[in-house]
Amino acid sequence: MLRAFEKGADGVFVVGCMEGDCHFKTGNFRARKRVEQVAAILDTVGVGGERVRMYNLSSGEGPLFAQYAIEMDAHIRALGPSPVRTALEAQKTAA
Amino acid sequence: MIVADKKPIEEIIETVKAYDRILVLGCNECVTVCEAGGKKEVEVLASALRMHFIQEGSKKTFDEQTLERQCDHEYLEEIRSVIDNYDAVLSLACGVGVQFMAEKYHTTPLIPGVNTCFLGATEKRGLWTERCQACGSCVLAHTAGICPISRCAKRVMNGPCGGSTGGKCEIDKDLDCAWQLIIDRLRDLDRMDDYEIVTPIKDWSTERAGGPRTVAREDVQV
Repeated sequence: MLRAFEKGADGVFVVGCMEGDCHFKTGNFRARKRVEQVAAILDTVGVGGERVRMYNLSSGEGPLFAQYAIEMDAHIRALGPSPVRTALEAQKTAA
Repeated sequence: MIVADKKPIEEIIETVKAYDRILVLGCNECVTVCEAGGKKEVEVLASALRMHFIQEGSKKTFDEQTLERQCDHEYLEEIRSVIDNYDAVLSLACGVGVQFMAEKYHTTPLIPGVNTCFLGATEKRGLWTERCQACGSCVLAHTAGICPISRCAKRVMNGPCGGSTGGKCEIDKDLDCAWQLIIDRLRDLDRMDDYEIVTPIKDWSTERAGGPRTVAREDVQV
């Protein structure tokens, strides 16, 4: 997740199974903990923890996935480009 | 094992500010187990630092490497060929590793990335508790494997003090009275006779209070 932001991603959303339905029992709980950790780090370094999110749904819920993707897209567009991306582009222009 | 905790990123940012080429160096042993300074933590910290500093237009570089241990010559030698490429090393090893590195690489500034806390064990993932204070003269044989030096607030040697109530220590209602634990276990082991043995005044010279310590084993030195 952090690598994506480091390379300039404006937002990252993680999708896991419905809580209680994870094939790997606790995989989605662990993923949520990691998403929370990343959000805290992003807040500390000035990128903004609201740029990472986790959604839970079942693999059969295609339309719901599309809805979440649209929601996340709108959310990130409202936030604007990530400050890391802005800095990377500035560096490239200056070089 | 040695239990350490990550330093806040804000503190690390302040201490690395003065340097440009930084090596973030992890350790594969204790700090990996307590999720403070292993390969994963190195990756996360290096990534966070890059993202912070790039926003300032800084050209700082953060390289990543993890050694098996930082408290042994052989493993520290592995970076001899690259150490001069860096202005500073941000070491996520425990205090031992950071100091050993500083002795070995005399001219390279060393920055610690974790706070070394105590000798303890993993009760469950994410929870580490203190068990040993390295007093240098272990009494666990007489106390049913429970240590009154590290787990008793007063470090008393001959049974609970007057503050032990309901099996809890007077300093914190959630803290077990070590001596209650000892007695309970001696009873379960049918060794209450051990409790009757009066332990003499402890020789504290082997403890940290006696000054920095050394273990020298001539039988293994060549």
